[in-house]
Amino acid sequence: MQPVYDWFRHLYDTTGIDLIFIYDNFDRARTIKGFFITLELSVITIILSLIIGVVGAWLQRSHFVWLRRVIAAFISAFRNTPPLVQLYFFYFGLGFFLPRVHDASGQLVPMFSNLQWAIISLSLFAGAFNIEIFRSGLEAVPSSMVEAAEGLGYSRFQIYRQITLPLAFRVCLPSLGNNLVNLVKTTNLAYAIAVPELLYVSQQIWSDETNVREMMAFVLCAYLFLVFLLVALLNWIERVIRVPGVGHMEAY
Amino acid sequence: MDVLHRAPAFTFDAFGNGSSSDQPPRSLSLAWPLLMAVLLATMFFGLTDNGFAQAAVAPKRTIIEVLWRWAPLLLWGFCFNLVISAGAMAVGTGVGLFLGLAQMSRTRPVRVMANVITEIFRNSPWLVLLFACVLLLPFQIRIFGLVIPFPDWAKAIVGFSLPIMANVGEVVRGAVLSIPTGQWESAESLGYTRTQAYLHVILPQCIKRMLPPWMNLYSLVTMSTVNASVVGVSEMITLTAQANAAEGSRPELLAPFYAFDLVCFFLYCYPIGKWTEYLERKYQVKI
Repeated sequence: MQPVYDWFRHLYDTTGIDLIFIYDNFDRARTIKGFFITLELSVITIILSLIIGVVGAWLQRSHFVWLRRVIAAFISAFRNTPPLVQLYFFYFGLGFFLPRVHDASGQLVPMFSNLQWAIISLSLFAGAFNIEIFRSGLEAVPSSMVEAAEGLGYSRFQIYRQITLPLAFRVCLPSLGNNLVNLVKTTNLAYAIAVPELLYVSQQIWSDETNVREMMAFVLCAYLFLVFLLVALLNWIERVIRVPGVGHMEAY
Repeated sequence: MDVLHRAPAFTFDAFGNGSSSDQPPRSLSLAWPLLMAVLLATMFFGLTDNGFAQAAVAPKRTIIEVLWRWAPLLLWGFCFNLVISAGAMAVGTGVGLFLGLAQMSRTRPVRVMANVITEIFRNSPWLVLLFACVLLLPFQIRIFGLVIPFPDWAKAIVGFSLPIMANVGEVVRGAVLSIPTGQWESAESLGYTRTQAYLHVILPQCIKRMLPPWMNLYSLVTMSTVNASVVGVSEMITLTAQANAAEGSRPELLAPFYAFDLVCFFLYCYPIGKWTEYLERKYQVKI
């Protein structure tokens, strides 16, 4: 790889385009680390938010009025407040009241690190949207399917897990995809509580090297890359799990 | 309906996507009491938890006193958030309208360029675009010897209007594509030019369809304006941190402070969301 690094250093010397995160060993290491933290943050929050969405949508169909109301309150509270303030509220506000615990080396540390708070906060935020999305998908499943399943002796949970949820998932995949793309774009709010993810690392580099323009272009490209990766994955999933007659495209 | 759904138009959220009109009425009446309960609980915690507090410089006030004292300043900051959101929305909508129409232009290069611009700005994170504008735009503009200062909040407006522009473009495109082709054909047969058809036939019909997603977007923008605090614009969240510092940086105050901010945004955005849902139901295209 050395010739590549040398070429980028040469590029800087001749043109002034300073892509230091490629040719400098230290900056390259921390950029790669930042990218993987962004990736980690994205993947974990996507998974957790999907779990929240599936469980929340199930609870929203519960027989208990109060449970339904709590879920509805959770959804509207998280959908109508800024995610950044939610993050601050969790990290600075609630983080203060939680007890401190001993870490592996015996030191007293906060119960959740800033990365963990970012994961919790962003998952809840995106999860609130996912519940709504799954709900709209569940409503699109024809009631005759549920009746048929009931006639075959399925229990309520079995119907949800084996009939309505799989069908609803196919129906709501497009809007789910949009929300997950949004989530990936929102992970950089973790910057505000000093999680060393991509934007944070880039900010450190451009503060050191004053190459704001180059770093900014790189960050934008990196996020576009992540988003396109996710979109490609979602398209692949959509194609693989396609059931003829169900979903949005075939219906029209 | 079909085109409306197929076009990846109103993509930035989940509001009412694919939902049907006969959805059961959701009981949301609990949301407000719950938020209030959170607020009160954090206040209570703060009141009983003084043992943690560091030695404060100022005489120690209770949390309610502190909030009462700083509420005017914080609400002033909130107004600034609203100003930024309105400015960004105005600029973004104006440009986005043309961007959306350019996406349907009959000239190929225009169409391709508009598509590329839309895709780039729709898929990049808002915070990064904000950073780019705040750091890369000049702090003043010189036109014919006239120096116009370009403060941080103005840069923030530009930074927010870029993604708005792309999203509005998609909304416009989705709405125009959802107009039945019969409308175009009748306009043509009545001798309208393309511009006239847009102005007098198509766009007036689009407004109804664009309103709900546009309001959604506005609500999202309002909630995103707090991001400006990260780049140092003195809006509500920045002022919150400063107010806390002025109270001697008592960490137990942060939860009620941020809860207060959350409640403010909730009280503003929740009615907008409800109204949007109502309009969506009202304007729903029947298949």
